[in-house]
Amino acid sequence: MALMSIGVLSLARWQFAMTTVFHFFFVPFSIGMAFVVAIMETMYVVKKNETYKKMAQFWGKIFLLSFAVGVVTGIIQEFQFGMNWSNYSRFMGDIFGAPLAIEALLAFFMESVFIGVWMFTWNRFKPAVHVWFIWLTMIGSMCSAIWILAANSFMQHPTGFAINQATGRVKMTSFADIITNPQLWKVFPHVITGAILTAATVVVGIAAFGLLRKHNHDFFKKSMRIGLWISLFAAIAVIVAGDFQTQQIIKDQPMKFAATEGVYKDTGKSAPWTVIASFDTDKHETKSSIEIPKVLSLLAYHKTTGSVQGMNSLNQELHAKYDKKFGADMNYYVPVKTVFWSFRVMAGGAALLLLTSILGLFFTRKNKDTIENKRWLLWVLGICTYTPFVFNSAGWLITELGRYPWLVYGLQTIADGVSPTTTAGQLWFTNIVYFLMFSLMGAVMVFYSRKIMIKGPDDDGAGYGATANNDPFSKEAFGR
Amino acid sequence: MSALQLLWFILIAVLFIGFFFLEGFDFGVGMATRVLARNDDDREALIATIGPHWDGNEVWLITAGGAMFASFPLWYASLFSGYYILLFLTLCALIFRGVSFEFSANAETAGGRHFWYWALCIGSTVAPFLLGMMFTSLIQGLPMDKNGDIFAGLWDNVNLLSIVGGVAVTLLCLIHGLNFIRLKIDGNLRDRARNLVEKLYWVLFAGEVVFAILLFIFTDFFKERPISTLLLLVLIVALSAISMYCAYADHEGWGFITSGLTLGSIVILLFNGLFPRVLIADNPAHSLLIKDASASPYTLKIMTIVACILLPIMLAYFIWSFFIFKRRVKASA
Repeated sequence: MALMSIGVLSLARWQFAMTTVFHFFFVPFSIGMAFVVAIMETMYVVKKNETYKKMAQFWGKIFLLSFAVGVVTGIIQEFQFGMNWSNYSRFMGDIFGAPLAIEALLAFFMESVFIGVWMFTWNRFKPAVHVWFIWLTMIGSMCSAIWILAANSFMQHPTGFAINQATGRVKMTSFADIITNPQLWKVFPHVITGAILTAATVVVGIAAFGLLRKHNHDFFKKSMRIGLWISLFAAIAVIVAGDFQTQQIIKDQPMKFAATEGVYKDTGKSAPWTVIASFDTDKHETKSSIEIPKVLSLLAYHKTTGSVQGMNSLNQELHAKYDKKFGADMNYYVPVKTVFWSFRVMAGGAALLLLTSILGLFFTRKNKDTIENKRWLLWVLGICTYTPFVFNSAGWLITELGRYPWLVYGLQTIADGVSPTTTAGQLWFTNIVYFLMFSLMGAVMVFYSRKIMIKGPDDDGAGYGATANNDPFSKEAFGR
Repeated sequence: MSALQLLWFILIAVLFIGFFFLEGFDFGVGMATRVLARNDDDREALIATIGPHWDGNEVWLITAGGAMFASFPLWYASLFSGYYILLFLTLCALIFRGVSFEFSANAETAGGRHFWYWALCIGSTVAPFLLGMMFTSLIQGLPMDKNGDIFAGLWDNVNLLSIVGGVAVTLLCLIHGLNFIRLKIDGNLRDRARNLVEKLYWVLFAGEVVFAILLFIFTDFFKERPISTLLLLVLIVALSAISMYCAYADHEGWGFITSGLTLGSIVILLFNGLFPRVLIADNPAHSLLIKDASASPYTLKIMTIVACILLPIMLAYFIWSFFIFKRRVKASA
């Protein structure tokens, strides 16, 4: 069988890509939804308007669905480092394990305990107390992002370590350096604003579908307004945060940056920006492209001049730097096409969502509220529900593929990290089962979210948890 | 072996004890949705008893794994890569039961609901079985090379001791879950849980005797640490006996605590037998030792400080969340 000849390394990489991408559909959505729901419940506390309570409960149902899938797909990640990447775990354990353990101890406990309390105590606590539980859930989930990104940032840009001469493994020398890694504090705002944008876009989109069905008009319109305001700010913030992150990448990982912009040869003093291009990755050259003068200098350095180093000269530099340790036959070119196009999808996506937020806000403005007549716009907003998941994945493809060929930048190659005990057969089996499970869970998730949307906010018969008026622990329930 | 290495070896054990004590009754309640419940109202009431807790309980496993990675990276790497298929199947079980809570509540058709109810029951049965299997197969001496790579075949995972171990853990989780149900529900289900759990203790005792004999045959526990092993076995049997007495005498609270402690003392037995190793190789020279498997002293120090700060806070709100839901769930007539 030709398929069986695909190596353990490729299969393990495929599994990591598949499981993390699927997990990361739900993580940013859940973090963002916690934020959106917390905003809604806070508005209920402040304005004492029952609509906002209904809103928090209705969107809370979708949040809980996503949270559940996010939790279970997250366990895979923690196991996977040991299962498929045991040599990586040995090499990096002294650094990588600590943030993971802290993530569990600090963040996972917090979010899982308070989400449980939040779900079941709508009638138990005063609104002003109850709202804290969703905020604590949100803070927990955001803390978890800090720690996992701290671990990832080390892999992108190692800080606070030394190599243990006896074992050849990485050793932590400064915990402070690990949590003040400049990469971390550039990537964290980008991820969080992206998460909020994701959730806001979904709220807007589902509300748009609700409006298209012409029921619960006021409820969906109010939700949409909140979603639109949040997505407007989040879209601006994610672009600004992305710009900050780019500055850091230019410094730490110039190869990644050159690939996102498709620059093979060093540019002149004033770098043109390649809008689209086709590449010959064997000959390492751009075949044809559409360029706008000076814009790349503007993007990279915020001024009209400034040259960008190309991949070809970077490749030579990396060979000069690492050949002694890793050998001359390393390939330092990252997967250019994927990284280049992913960047265009991600950045274009942010621009698109900024545009839809502005359009939506414009057509729902107080005096001239005409959105229900603009069915084309409702359709656009509705379809946009699915897009942030693509944009988020594209962002991570840049981050992770742009690290190629390193697992830990400059310290360990991807090929050196894989488990020596794992076989191709095992990986085929687990890949196929994961794929089937994810397909099922993804489909069910979409299906149930749609059902929740169709039923609207007044249904509180079904659903476990967020069905506020059915508290299994309440005195009334017990006495009944 | 440094003091911090010993401390973290103990802490990992404590996290696993916490996991089995807490998630143990979740698993048991999951199983009870088939063996005890007669209709969907019963199932909903049973699920409601663990609704607010199961997720937090499962975090104990994730924390145990993370703490193992942080404090003993070589242990984590060898164990998780060596138990590839068992852990993968455990993950599948945990995934299906994890989503079943939300999904069954959102399902509108009876077919959809029952699919997720079955996912909950099967996942809750398979997960403790496989984890029990893993823990009781890894104490028998693994085909591990000097790099710590475990090349375990099917029979290293699946053998008499590991099957008995898996069944025993699963059965104990069911007993523990039934004891929890007796505490958290009233009416018919409470009585039925009592009737069932009383019978199950007799099976448990038989299982414990067989387990002790197999432990003698298949492991070096009695050779390496005869006295403590024997004492712990006595403790396990004694705790089960007390738990059984409490079950019959309707001391529901103590019955629940002692069945949880029985699970916990099995973890202690295994960790006591492992000590001072973390993984036992068939060739003793290749066994992975606490002193060699750990992270650097610096990382251990950092992690100790972090744990000292975070653990008390975490425990405070964790216990508080059980206090909030101390009332019984309303069960159907």
